[in-house]
Amino acid sequence: MQSLRQFLDRIKPNFQKGGKLHMFESTFEGFETFLFVPNKVTDRGAHIRDATDMKRTMILVVIAAIPTLLFGMWNVGYQHFLATGYEGTFWEAFLFGLSKVLPIIIVTYASGLIVEFAFAQIRGEEINEGFLVTGILIPLITPVTIPLWMVSVGTVFAVIIGKEIFGGTGMNILNPAITARAFMFFAYPARFSGDFVWISGLPEGEGIIDGFSGATPLANAAIGNIEAIPPVMDMIIGTIPGSIGETSFLAILLGALILVITGVGSLKIILSVFAGGMAMGLLLNAFAVSPLMEIPAWHHLVMGGFAFGAVYMATDPVSASRTETGKYIYGFLIGFLAILIRVLNPAFPEGMLLAILFMNVFAPLIDYNVVKANVKRRIKRAEMVGQHAKTMK
Amino acid sequence: MPKVIKLKKGLDIRLKGKAEKVLVKSGLAKKFALKPTDFHNIRPKLIHKEGETVKVGTPLFYDKYNPRILFTSPVSGKITAVNRGERRRIEEIVIETGKDLLYEKFGSADPSSLKREEIVEKLLQSGVWPFIRQRPYGIIARPDETPRDIFISAFDTAPLAPDYDFLMKGFGNEFQAGVDVLAKLTKGEVHLGINSGYPSDVFTKTKKVTIHRFSGSHPAGNVGVHIHHIAPVHKNGVVWYVNPQDVVIIGRLFLKGVFDASRIVALTGSEVLKPRYYKTYMGASVSGMVKDNVTEGVKHRYISGNVLTGSRMAADGYIGFYDSHVTVIPEGDHYQFMGWAMPNLHKFSSSRAFFSWLMPGKEYRLDTNYNGGERAFVMSGELEKVLPMNLLPEHLIKAIMIEDIDSMENLGIYEVVEEDLALCEFVCTSKIELQHILRHGIETMIKETS
Repeated sequence: MQSLRQFLDRIKPNFQKGGKLHMFESTFEGFETFLFVPNKVTDRGAHIRDATDMKRTMILVVIAAIPTLLFGMWNVGYQHFLATGYEGTFWEAFLFGLSKVLPIIIVTYASGLIVEFAFAQIRGEEINEGFLVTGILIPLITPVTIPLWMVSVGTVFAVIIGKEIFGGTGMNILNPAITARAFMFFAYPARFSGDFVWISGLPEGEGIIDGFSGATPLANAAIGNIEAIPPVMDMIIGTIPGSIGETSFLAILLGALILVITGVGSLKIILSVFAGGMAMGLLLNAFAVSPLMEIPAWHHLVMGGFAFGAVYMATDPVSASRTETGKYIYGFLIGFLAILIRVLNPAFPEGMLLAILFMNVFAPLIDYNVVKANVKRRIKRAEMVGQHAKTMK
Repeated sequence: MPKVIKLKKGLDIRLKGKAEKVLVKSGLAKKFALKPTDFHNIRPKLIHKEGETVKVGTPLFYDKYNPRILFTSPVSGKITAVNRGERRRIEEIVIETGKDLLYEKFGSADPSSLKREEIVEKLLQSGVWPFIRQRPYGIIARPDETPRDIFISAFDTAPLAPDYDFLMKGFGNEFQAGVDVLAKLTKGEVHLGINSGYPSDVFTKTKKVTIHRFSGSHPAGNVGVHIHHIAPVHKNGVVWYVNPQDVVIIGRLFLKGVFDASRIVALTGSEVLKPRYYKTYMGASVSGMVKDNVTEGVKHRYISGNVLTGSRMAADGYIGFYDSHVTVIPEGDHYQFMGWAMPNLHKFSSSRAFFSWLMPGKEYRLDTNYNGGERAFVMSGELEKVLPMNLLPEHLIKAIMIEDIDSMENLGIYEVVEEDLALCEFVCTSKIELQHILRHGIETMIKETS
């Protein structure tokens, strides 16, 4: 490590002001701080600082997403083999999935990071770690058959419009990964709906067994084809068609555990989203006039992107409500709206996406009112103390 | 059972190097200094120049904005240096002492027989006035004001903080005399916040005070937290506060008629070989205490005060005006390969992103490394967890960043000073300099409202 450090120290001047490669200063710094935690010491204020930093925090989210990624890779292969009638082993399925998913991940990171590095350099800032997380989440919420150029366009759009124009990580209003998904969904709807996009090989139609349907449970539900919805156990385990990382409730639960135990993800938000979804589900059950409204409320929680959104998307601290009371309201409304949209507006079976975007926009309003209530409470108390002091005199 | 205010929020950072309860009465340090930089919002004007001799209690400088407030010498001897920093700002006035201390005589007096103005005058002349500070802002109290109440916190919960019961043992009389003086200064009450766990007799037997019991982690001992829970300050009204050891100094002034700034100081920190208590005077040089008493082969950070709020000083620097605590920790100017990905069992974190939460008894040797780079606010809710006050620190800090005076006022800038947000700064994942930003906000408020 000593020699690597010496190498970095030797080339560093090239990237600093006046150096030949100054235009890559942020890029260099990004890699340098990736390799070595800097030697910067405290100057004013607290002399010691907590061991945690943004890199550690963000990498924990990436780790938490890995169960869904690994399961998703296997499921891509498994679904493909189901469609083609091939009896593959576990490893064959996983390797097939890996070969399909890895390119999407690489393209996402490459396109996003180029934009990030460029913006950091223009602003003269350090590279923000936020994209580490966005870069893993975007592939997880896309169908495996998505063309790579589309991934790239969606990612670049999300990073620029969803984040950088607001000032970068920490300043954004919308969750960038959701922004990418929404952009791709509305720009190229054919690639995000229908029965063919969810399973590798299906759009091309080669070697597919006759009569095989690649419809997701939600798609079946939306057209009232209730019999075709797989058993709920399959939806919990995740052996169903769907976006790469969203199918397995169990894998998501594992990720949720990692997020909650490390304190990176807010348990308050996750639970509130589920509570909101459950509440709306029960409400719809009570007034059920269509088969879709009769689906048991708790089934909704394991269907489609609901759980994935609750755990990985709604908990994004930047676009979520920032006050503790606000988090309950924010989460509850996401779940509530997601099921409402899903059931009552069949044009958008995936209500979670829209519900999160919607609440991202409303989070500042929720916070505004929570803060106002806090201010009111405090002023009232101070006035009471003032009154008390006056009567004492 | 008396009522206990239980504080659930907060954080105890477990550091190595707590002072053993042994009092070292080494010979008097040679050099002492008064540091104008210890005080906020003053403009020092020198009264005595380099080379002149002074007694204990001789004024060294006064505040240009408030000429009645004098700052007097804690020891007698010769002014050997006036050290200046940037823009010729006076940083230290150094006094070298002789063998015995010569005192200015202010005359002993019974506070109950004096008028309030006479007491104020005596406190001002002798130079003990600056021990009295006010909230809002944490600045020296204004002599022409009458505070609503006066607060004393009788315990310190900061990392490695001295045990006040040990510091105050045997000073019950002086403490009571000091309280008698303070009681004359306010029409309200003198509130004494004590530790509900093991309150010492010195405090529980004090008269003319209202005792409040607190329990909880740091910052449960901060006077700002006490004020917030007992009787908060807002737009109207000012409260004053004094450290217990300084109450003793005030008491001695009236009992003995001199400015006796003797004080017990805790020398602590992982780099101190024998962390102990030292009997010395205010503003003493630490060089004698740390000589042959610190680890070798490491760069040290010397701090007057605790690791969260103390001020940085040189190895032969001087203890601050309000401090009875010195901490020595290692500097952290080293790189760590892939540090953000390592298990880092030797590092402490309040988050569970590291394993320190699984080792509740472990004591840590922490250095001054930032452990990361500064970012915009990303994580939410982490600052509130360590601030046992009903206010929203993140929103307050953001209001200061955009210099929104109304919001700053509404969000509680009158209730906090740096030490209250020090833990927030420690835990901040984005490494934002909250204490510095807060002081900037306070200075803005002072400017805008005066």
